Amino acid sequence: MTGTAMDWASVSDAEVVRACRAGDDAAWRQLVERFSRYVLAIARAHRLSESDAEDVFQDTFARIYEHLGRLRSDDAVRPWIGQLTRRLCIDRLRASVREPVVDDPEEQGELDRRLTAVDEAVSVQEALRTLSADCREILDRFFCRDQSYHTIGELLDLPPGTIASRISRCLAKLREAYEGRSEAPPASGEA
Amino acid sequence: MSENPMDEIRLAELLHALPPVPEAWLQAAQERPAIARAADQVLELAEADAEFRRTLIEDLETALRAAGHEPDPRLVDTLRRRLPDS
Repeated sequence: MTGTAMDWASVSDAEVVRACRAGDDAAWRQLVERFSRYVLAIARAHRLSESDAEDVFQDTFARIYEHLGRLRSDDAVRPWIGQLTRRLCIDRLRASVREPVVDDPEEQGELDRRLTAVDEAVSVQEALRTLSADCREILDRFFCRDQSYHTIGELLDLPPGTIASRISRCLAKLREAYEGRSEAPPASGEA
Repeated sequence: MSENPMDEIRLAELLHALPPVPEAWLQAAQERPAIARAADQVLELAEADAEFRRTLIEDLETALRAAGHEPDPRLVDTLRRRLPDS
């Protein structure tokens, strides 16, 4: 698989993993792009400082790169990355004198809720990937990047009224895609 | 299929829950293959040259400069992980 003119949106996680393993640098860039928000959201769910979150982020991708060959099921890359990131977050918290590792059941429950929300958000991102490029862009700009109608209008050369209706239409399509998606594979494949 | 229909407000909240990663972080992670290749070159050299290997273990940054590599922190970390202790 070569990456130069590829539309990665239609490529499955497993195919991206296989291309990475074959030494395709464009596939690796896609893998980082695809899972970067997930990794950062897990770090933030653990309430790491921005500096620790950055260290965990880089360390996670370094280990993914080094251990991708040990992944038992290419379809399980997302849960594997999730487990790896959570483990590195816990290690970082343990190494920190200011932040004891969560052992209070209430705090643990709160962390679990935040992590569940992250997983749900990733599923929505996966559904987003199945939409047209126009829909992906406008929803990402408005909801993920917090850009105003005015900014989006200038960037995409669209009047505000069109932006509002396009967001509404794309959100409806996203809901259909989310509700119609197949379930993620079970967690496995720990390296 | 998901168990419950997702309302669009919740969908919007979940989109908002995954903000983009700072561009510099993304780029650093995406350059990982180049870092790994540089580490491979350094380790091959260390395998072939005992003196270089000794310097590498004693003073990694200096040895990297001598071999023509910038001691990028990611390269240094990778080598520290991959270098045997002795």
